[in-house]
Amino acid sequence: MTAPEEGVMSHHAGGRAASAPLLGHDSEPTLFELSEPGRRAWQLRTTEVPEAPLDQLLPEAHRRSEPPALAEVSERDLVGHFTRLSHRQFSVDLGAYPLGSCTMKYNPKVCDAVASLQGLTDAHPAAPASCNQGWMALLVELEETLCAITGMAAVTLQPAAGAAGELTGLLLMRAWHEAQGRPRRKVVIPDSAHGTNPASVTLGGYEAVTVRSDARGCVDLEALRGVLDTEVAGIMLTNPNTLGLFEQDIVAIAAAVHEVGGLLYYDGANLNAILGVVRPGDMGFDIVHLNLHKTFATPHGGGGPGAGPVAVSKRLACFLPGPRPRRVDPRLDGMGARYEWATPERSIGRVHSWHGNALVLARALTYILAHGDDGLREVAQRAVLNANWLRKRLSGTFDAPYDSPCMHECVLSAASLKKRSGVRALDVAKRLLEEGFHAPTVYFPLTVEEALMIEPTETESLQTLEAFASACDRIVARAATPEGAAEAAEAPQSTPVRRVDEARAARSLVPTYDARR
Amino acid sequence: MGGYTPHTEPEIESMLGFLGLSSVEELFEVVPAALRLAGGTGLAPGVPEPDVLVHMEDLAAANRPVGRDLVCFAGGGAYDREIPAVTRALASRSEFVTSYTPYQPEVAQGVLQALFEFQTLVARLAGAELANASLYDGAAALVEATNLALDATGRQIVWLSQGVNPSWRSVLETLAAGTGHVVVEVPLVDGSTHWSSAVSGSSAMSGSSSPPGEPGVVVVAYPNYLGCLEDLGEARALCDRTGALLVVAFDPICAGLLRSPGDWGADVAVGEGQPLGMPLGFGGPYLGLFACKSAYVRRLPGRLVGETVDIEGRRAYVTTLRAREQDIRREKATSNVCTNQTLMAVTAAIQMGWLGTSGIAEVALRSARGAHYCRKALLAVPGVEPLVSTPTMNEFALRLPLGADVLVERLVDEGFLAGIALDDTYTEGRHDGLLVAVTERRTRAEIDSFADTFAKALR
Repeated sequence: MTAPEEGVMSHHAGGRAASAPLLGHDSEPTLFELSEPGRRAWQLRTTEVPEAPLDQLLPEAHRRSEPPALAEVSERDLVGHFTRLSHRQFSVDLGAYPLGSCTMKYNPKVCDAVASLQGLTDAHPAAPASCNQGWMALLVELEETLCAITGMAAVTLQPAAGAAGELTGLLLMRAWHEAQGRPRRKVVIPDSAHGTNPASVTLGGYEAVTVRSDARGCVDLEALRGVLDTEVAGIMLTNPNTLGLFEQDIVAIAAAVHEVGGLLYYDGANLNAILGVVRPGDMGFDIVHLNLHKTFATPHGGGGPGAGPVAVSKRLACFLPGPRPRRVDPRLDGMGARYEWATPERSIGRVHSWHGNALVLARALTYILAHGDDGLREVAQRAVLNANWLRKRLSGTFDAPYDSPCMHECVLSAASLKKRSGVRALDVAKRLLEEGFHAPTVYFPLTVEEALMIEPTETESLQTLEAFASACDRIVARAATPEGAAEAAEAPQSTPVRRVDEARAARSLVPTYDARR
Repeated sequence: MGGYTPHTEPEIESMLGFLGLSSVEELFEVVPAALRLAGGTGLAPGVPEPDVLVHMEDLAAANRPVGRDLVCFAGGGAYDREIPAVTRALASRSEFVTSYTPYQPEVAQGVLQALFEFQTLVARLAGAELANASLYDGAAALVEATNLALDATGRQIVWLSQGVNPSWRSVLETLAAGTGHVVVEVPLVDGSTHWSSAVSGSSAMSGSSSPPGEPGVVVVAYPNYLGCLEDLGEARALCDRTGALLVVAFDPICAGLLRSPGDWGADVAVGEGQPLGMPLGFGGPYLGLFACKSAYVRRLPGRLVGETVDIEGRRAYVTTLRAREQDIRREKATSNVCTNQTLMAVTAAIQMGWLGTSGIAEVALRSARGAHYCRKALLAVPGVEPLVSTPTMNEFALRLPLGADVLVERLVDEGFLAGIALDDTYTEGRHDGLLVAVTERRTRAEIDSFADTFAKALR
């Protein structure tokens, strides 16, 4: 399938990073190899606190014999080292990052500015509420916006990431069922679910029961009915699911689960697809976690910090973790604080040392307010438009295992390519790196052979999508010859390092510099 | 409305045409019509980002951050430490900020190597053989450590010193509802954990009855929440006797002077990494530190980076022992953690590079020196007494002649964050305990002025 626009724009894509300069292919020494005894970078405040003998400050039995050997480098060398490391790292700011399921959209810089405001960064979390009124107002405002977006009644902002949100949600499920008399034993998850789902189910004290997908790639309703009984505490669903498909039977699924007294858990990993279009609360979900680093671009930080707030329906609000910030009823408000801390009546307890990843939460609120109701809907529309365009554009290049339109991401398969040429999804991923793009997610979901899971997000332009698709075309065309296929197996060539020996890393483990032989 | 999507109207038309559609709404026809929002979410329309920035600045201005106008003597797991411009600048490089988990190592050597260096630095601080690539915060690290230990010993019981941060204990208790672990809290007596009360059974236990059976894990903090330096030999001996693993919650800055957890015989060391370059930030994002003996590497929670080579023999880094992780092992994974706190780990690696061997010892020394000077000055105030007599380092607990929260509010008005009002488990049910922390950033003039104001507030 060739797009009508091809040729006009394929060499001018804002999201293609193949022009990034790289100065050679040497390894960067570690901080420890750059170290020189006696060198230092640190400078501390002049305090004029009187000196005191160490014996008076610290009993000898507690003192280490010598300081921990960290590193001894100058500030200049520290800056050089970490700047060079940064040049060995792909990022959204560098180029398109269509890593399926991860929502690697552009992260607006205004959020960085907000997260650097001194009034936010230097607030002590244990200071009296009177010192943190701005923060508490911010959290309450974010809770309210997340309720509006999800269609739920109340939110906890404590969970630090999606998986922490999942576990919190499962503990809420447990608390609910215990309040009904018994916790029940099982939680149902589809076979296409993220790995965090079953892992969280285990930590929540439940047994994971897998329900298969049907030929459409959606939950098999009959199979689901077959596993539902009064031992089922609930079901965890991602909708759209990890194949990028909307679970069209969601109303029937919700009815079936509720009928046996179970609860519906919404994994918010793919919320970007439906912002402002349809809400988990309206689909019948009872518990919802959100990934603010995905949907609201807070950003990903190389693998965190994230934030995984959990929203619940009204009947579950009394179980939420506490303390939560709340607005004091203005009728009761005297001259003092307008926000206070309160722990819900039947709270499951804390799930974070403090109040959650607060500076991440501030970024998310900024993003949400800038977009607003109309802007968030546009985000979803354009994310879905981009994914569908790319899916159709690439449907002749790779196999399309499901024929229904996708939502925010599409799952294609390199199975035929592999059969024809021996070139695997992994090789395609590595070739794409050479073409100036981050690779899609590969080999997930597990239900699709040689899966390529592509999530372009709404912030990539048509030109970037076309450049990405053209790169895929070139990769597949090149694989048709034996030399081309061999080349794919050798890719990438232009990156700071080439394919790494993962087996060796696991076999002779070197987890620290000191473990090197 | 946010201007972050690039689509022009003609492009949207062209893309829809390519798909054989006439409107963007048709993209959502798979969503049952009855579920689709007719009237929007109820959120206000989007506004230009300068307007949002003003709103966020207003919220920020409604806080009283620590600094010149609120000199910080509060700690309790969140410390006002020096963060140099160089750490802020390097840690905000967008290559670190806007990347994700290094699934493609060929284009992620920057984050991978920084994490490898982080693991090395944390392991050295903790006196451990290895460290993971981070967890959410100190509480999360504690939970993962107890999960590891109970899994390794096949037991269910945690003996948890009340010297561990109360918030962390609360998180552990919350998550025990899922794992079925039994948490037995062991009280402090005069600042040190009274292990013999746990050994002798349920009678000395706070409230509930102590379950029978040996502990699978013993958890102690060093320094503990009251700032005290307990003799960890007793906890280690207890573990040797019962077969439990020893988990030590340590402070990464105090470790610049103190014996390391590993030196005391800890099996796992956990900690809150915030003092390594993260701002107070109203409590997050912080950094969970997790280090352990290599014997437990296959039970390690979260990501681990290992050194290897590429096909040309060049040194390279990659996430390793992946079979422990949730995306591969699913319900049998060692933990459910996926996204962790990588940017905070990179920040901590930069900060530890800046501090270096001499700097971390100097920061620890100056904190101890300031704390002892401050403690002496506050104890000279009539009516103020030490809460406990166990030696302390950078943080200490006082008993006041009035409610600690009252004093904290009074001193806020005078420009000091005096500390944290202690929860009454530390004060036999009274509310007169105050926890005071001093860092390397506090000057003699600030401490002198604090002590004067403190005395006036008590008059």
